[in-house]
Amino acid sequence: MSAPMIEARALTKRFGPFVAVDGIDFTIEPGEAFGFLGPNGAGKTSTMRMIGCVSPRSGGVLRVLGDDPEHDGPSIRARLGVVPQEDNLDTELTVWDNLMIYGRYFDLPRAEIRERAAELLEFVQLSDRRDSRVDPLSGGMKRRLTIARSLINRPEVLLLDEPTTGLDPQARHLLWDRLYRLKRNGVTLVLTTHYMDEAEQLCDRLVIMDTARIVAEGSPRQLIADNVTREVVEVRLDIDADPASEVAKLKRFGDRIEALADRVLVYTDDGDATASAVASDGFDPASVLVRRASLEDVFLTLTGRTLED
Amino acid sequence: MSTPPLIRVVEREALVYVRLWRGLAFTTFVQPALYLAAMGIGLGGLVSAHSGSVGGLAYLDFIAPGLLVASAMQLAAGESMWPVLGGAKWMRQFHGVVATPIGPGELYGGFVLWTALRSMLGAAAFLLVAALLGAVPSAWGVLAIPAAGLCAAAFCAPITAFSITQDSDLSFPMIMRLGVLPLFLFSGTFFPINQLPGGLRPFAALSPLWHGVELGRAATTGRFDAVAIVTHIAVLVGCVVVSALFGVRAFAKRLSS
Repeated sequence: MSAPMIEARALTKRFGPFVAVDGIDFTIEPGEAFGFLGPNGAGKTSTMRMIGCVSPRSGGVLRVLGDDPEHDGPSIRARLGVVPQEDNLDTELTVWDNLMIYGRYFDLPRAEIRERAAELLEFVQLSDRRDSRVDPLSGGMKRRLTIARSLINRPEVLLLDEPTTGLDPQARHLLWDRLYRLKRNGVTLVLTTHYMDEAEQLCDRLVIMDTARIVAEGSPRQLIADNVTREVVEVRLDIDADPASEVAKLKRFGDRIEALADRVLVYTDDGDATASAVASDGFDPASVLVRRASLEDVFLTLTGRTLED
Repeated sequence: MSTPPLIRVVEREALVYVRLWRGLAFTTFVQPALYLAAMGIGLGGLVSAHSGSVGGLAYLDFIAPGLLVASAMQLAAGESMWPVLGGAKWMRQFHGVVATPIGPGELYGGFVLWTALRSMLGAAAFLLVAALLGAVPSAWGVLAIPAAGLCAAAFCAPITAFSITQDSDLSFPMIMRLGVLPLFLFSGTFFPINQLPGGLRPFAALSPLWHGVELGRAATTGRFDAVAIVTHIAVLVGCVVVSALFGVRAFAKRLSS
């Protein structure tokens, strides 16, 4: 087996007395798509910044592409691609100039950058916008340009911090498709997200982070199998109903239930049977929905909170 | 052959400048013409009629290098405030730079270097206008361009180091009003500092602008004293070096912590 791309042991980040990352361990293998799933403030971005060699670690061990970010930051960064949470493009310049400038930061020859930039704009479907300024582009286009820019140095690892936050569904799917193609071409993807569907779509393996720690690790399928039942019945309560008594009454229908602000989740291996049992028992909820269990349910089970908190 | 990181940072700034040059043309050429016309010719005519000369120089010849270097200072000061906060906070391009092999210290150095170069472009335009108006008696005058660049760096280095620590631009107008403007008025730009009350003269000599203006004036008039020249250069280089010690650290703290 080849050496891991990224390896962390007891990795810690402190800002004064505040502990942003509290001794986490993970290993990212070549060619995989690895995710950090968790709510805002869980320590995902701090972890990404340490991997990206722009934030020194406060403790533990970190190896990126076999080297130590503390000593080899510039040479590691030369082999990484970074898509930050907030776009930092040169908005007053053109799409093309943005790629040229970024390529020069890596000290690539201009002819080489031109060749790559043309290919990358094709890849992210922005070839027809190469001479337009960045400012008026849509959010999805800016994100795609940021991804093209991050690939200008042909990185071995691509770091994506919340790649689709703020995008509409269509733009997200286009972006996922491009990332999937990159992975197929052998680029290792490391991403953070607080969207469970994004984690399920893109990640081979992920860790779930909460309050600076890793609370679970595995493939999306395995995490669901290990932590929750196969299906979930979502019971939306009538506005006039007394939540506490309704929740008490629903308890006997599932292996476990979770009461949220506006609905109750009943965990069960046979959703349809549970739904009809609820209905035949004289319950009259506003709606009953049967769905497959997701990573959101895993997170809820492990932390007692939702990802969007 | 690899290009030093500092130069790669300058390349980016230069490209932005080239792309946006139309908007900058006014300040580059028109402003010096206006200044020289109003102060040099208008006010200068009055001064010449009254006292003949300032330290043996026609007023226009006296004030041209002063305005040339002071303009470089003003440009450098402005460039070291809003664009720095823009790069760190509003537009965040600085964060994009430090994600590449370029480090925060190199970004800082490249930014100061570019500001000096850009000020030299402005100084060259100023010198051309001044020469056309007959305000540059000596061929040494071209050396006023690097003098302006050095003076610009002596302002850019500390102000940039300060700006990167800021979270809003509230302090910037204060720096302009309480720092840059008084220096502009009292650093030997419009009148020799020996016109100041005796107690204030040492303070004027502390102004980096005074050192820059003296260098520029030595160049355009061709009248200089070697010891004074070396002193002025040493003071300005000292400003840059000391500021850089803080600037490199401040950039690392803001962008890579």
